[in-house]
Amino acid sequence: MSTAAAPIPFAARSLTKRFGTRVALRDVSFELAAGELVGIIGPNGAGKTTLLSILAGALAPDEGELSHAGRDAGWVPQKPALYSKLSVAENLRLFARLEKVPDPEAAVARMLEQTGLSDRAGEEVGRLSGGNQQRVNIAIGLLSEPPVLLLDEPSASLDPRQRERLWEFISALGQRGTTVVFSTHNVAEVERYAHRVLLLADGELLFTGTPAELERAVGGDPRDLEAALVGFLHLHGH
Amino acid sequence: MRWLLIKDLQILRRSPLLVGLLIVYPIAIALMIGFALSSPPGKPKVALYNEVPAGRGTINIGNQKLDVAGYASELLNSIQPVKVHSAAQAIAAVRDGQALAAVIIPAALPQQIQTLITQGVGSPTVRLYLNTKDPIEKQFVDQAISSRINTVEQAVSKQVLRVAVNDLQEVLNGGSVEILGQKVPLLGLRNARTIVQGTLATLPRDSPLRAALGQVISFADLAIQGLGFAKPVLGSIGTPLTVQETQLAGRTTPTDTYAAAIAVIVSLMFVTMLLAAGMLAVERSENAYARLVRGLVTPGRLLSEKIVLAGGCATLVTVVMAAFISLFIHLDWSRFELWVLALALGGLAFGALGVAIGAVAREVSAASLMAFLVSLPVAFVALVPASAVSGAIKTVLDVVAFLFPFKAALEAIANAFSGTSPGIGLPLVHLAVLAVVFAGLAALAMRRFAAR
Repeated sequence: MSTAAAPIPFAARSLTKRFGTRVALRDVSFELAAGELVGIIGPNGAGKTTLLSILAGALAPDEGELSHAGRDAGWVPQKPALYSKLSVAENLRLFARLEKVPDPEAAVARMLEQTGLSDRAGEEVGRLSGGNQQRVNIAIGLLSEPPVLLLDEPSASLDPRQRERLWEFISALGQRGTTVVFSTHNVAEVERYAHRVLLLADGELLFTGTPAELERAVGGDPRDLEAALVGFLHLHGH
Repeated sequence: MRWLLIKDLQILRRSPLLVGLLIVYPIAIALMIGFALSSPPGKPKVALYNEVPAGRGTINIGNQKLDVAGYASELLNSIQPVKVHSAAQAIAAVRDGQALAAVIIPAALPQQIQTLITQGVGSPTVRLYLNTKDPIEKQFVDQAISSRINTVEQAVSKQVLRVAVNDLQEVLNGGSVEILGQKVPLLGLRNARTIVQGTLATLPRDSPLRAALGQVISFADLAIQGLGFAKPVLGSIGTPLTVQETQLAGRTTPTDTYAAAIAVIVSLMFVTMLLAAGMLAVERSENAYARLVRGLVTPGRLLSEKIVLAGGCATLVTVVMAAFISLFIHLDWSRFELWVLALALGGLAFGALGVAIGAVAREVSAASLMAFLVSLPVAFVALVPASAVSGAIKTVLDVVAFLFPFKAALEAIANAFSGTSPGIGLPLVHLAVLAVVFAGLAALAMRRFAAR
């Protein structure tokens, strides 16, 4: 896989976030390029969700700045942020209106078609499977056709078939020029789909580069990214 | 805010059980409170047995007869009598639980009263047996019977005094007295004095009787004067005090209207607080809160929407409830716009308190439970009568009641229902201020807890 086009003015500079005395994110900076698929990996508590929440504008950083307003990015939180008593279409329509999408009904129809949920449009979200709920969750994140889509562990609750369909969908977004930033614990997904990796540990950004560069940095088996990740963390005292 | 309101109404429409409970439960509680406050306590079941044989219940006072046993039957006005045929049966009825108490009028009662009146000795006694396990019920029965016995006592005393006053008048002015079925004329002090005065005028100047008769006339003058005062003095003992009631301040709302106001405000409080707390918690339990506040909706607007939603729904429910209550209790329909104003402002204040609670809780069930737990003492503190507690505690309760919307809402709606004092202006301002304060606290709580 190759790194995509030149960086767009979508950047994070020196982001720091504290929860009480605990530093969840420490001086994190990076830039994103158009159509780039960026995987954020790291152990539990590394700060992946905190970083995505700050990029989405759901959390304010204590220090540092973003080059964009949070709502300019599409955001898909880890747990589906949906109203289970509303139907699929009602959820989409509500968020389309709140996002002030110019033609909410057209946006709803487009997202129903893109996510393959047209035949379930009138069904209450609470009655859908976890996979379909995640599709609605992603659809809401894409309603305003954002240039950047932020996904927090998007495949965590999906079965292998649903995961496959999800990554096809995300890859297609990238091909259409949408920048996708996702966090995951599944290193194989990063190896397979990500153009670039951001490795976080204890709130610090330890590495940024392609998966192959991460493997080379450790000098181990070039076909085993997971071993490279563990080795890299070990080398850096994590 | 419009889209959020529509969304919440859609959610409520699809939660019929929740909405049903939310409306039926507080209304049921409110109606129970209303009925309890507006219904007078029933008459206690009492077994009354009169041992005085028929025709033997009268006593003689001067030349008049008084039916003591008849007066004792006045007790029937305060009780629901249980039929018994002996003292033993009366006591058994209490033991068996058929009656809460037994009152036994002993056969000797008329004689005891007669002795007390004529000789000033003895203590006429009525026997009372109680068997209530509930201390409050015991107090109620005790008070009902004691109060009626006092009334009987007063009636007998009054009658005795009236007879005594009549006798004094006859001693003073003359009349007749019945002895062995024969009317015997009574001369009277004034007539006796006139006779002595006439006799004195016929006596020679140097008669030795003049000085003695002069003393008799002086004594008669003093006695006539003294007994002349005795009549009004004795008359006043029968009713020594007259209470002239003037209400200078406080509530003049009729009791049943006040009970209706309590019922309506209890409903308003429960519906608003549970709805506001629950609907705000829904945003977090559905994980939608973070998605909303990342620029789509400000936290302040979200809170306002929940307050308006809860207050609006509760106002609607309680206006309908008040209209229903007005079928049974007089509520002043000409002040309908004030009903709506009082309920709407009360709804906003309770709604703000509800969202302050909802902002702290993450789950709907936790928010509902917290709202419920806060509601009960808020209502209780506002309903404790001022006379029921001592000074320091009263001050504390007054301060606590002032800090929450229940008392102000109750005063506002009681006034709106009846148009009586105290006025509606201050409670409405109070409610508006509380709405702002609690909304501010809710915003702080959101900032503190919602990001977690």
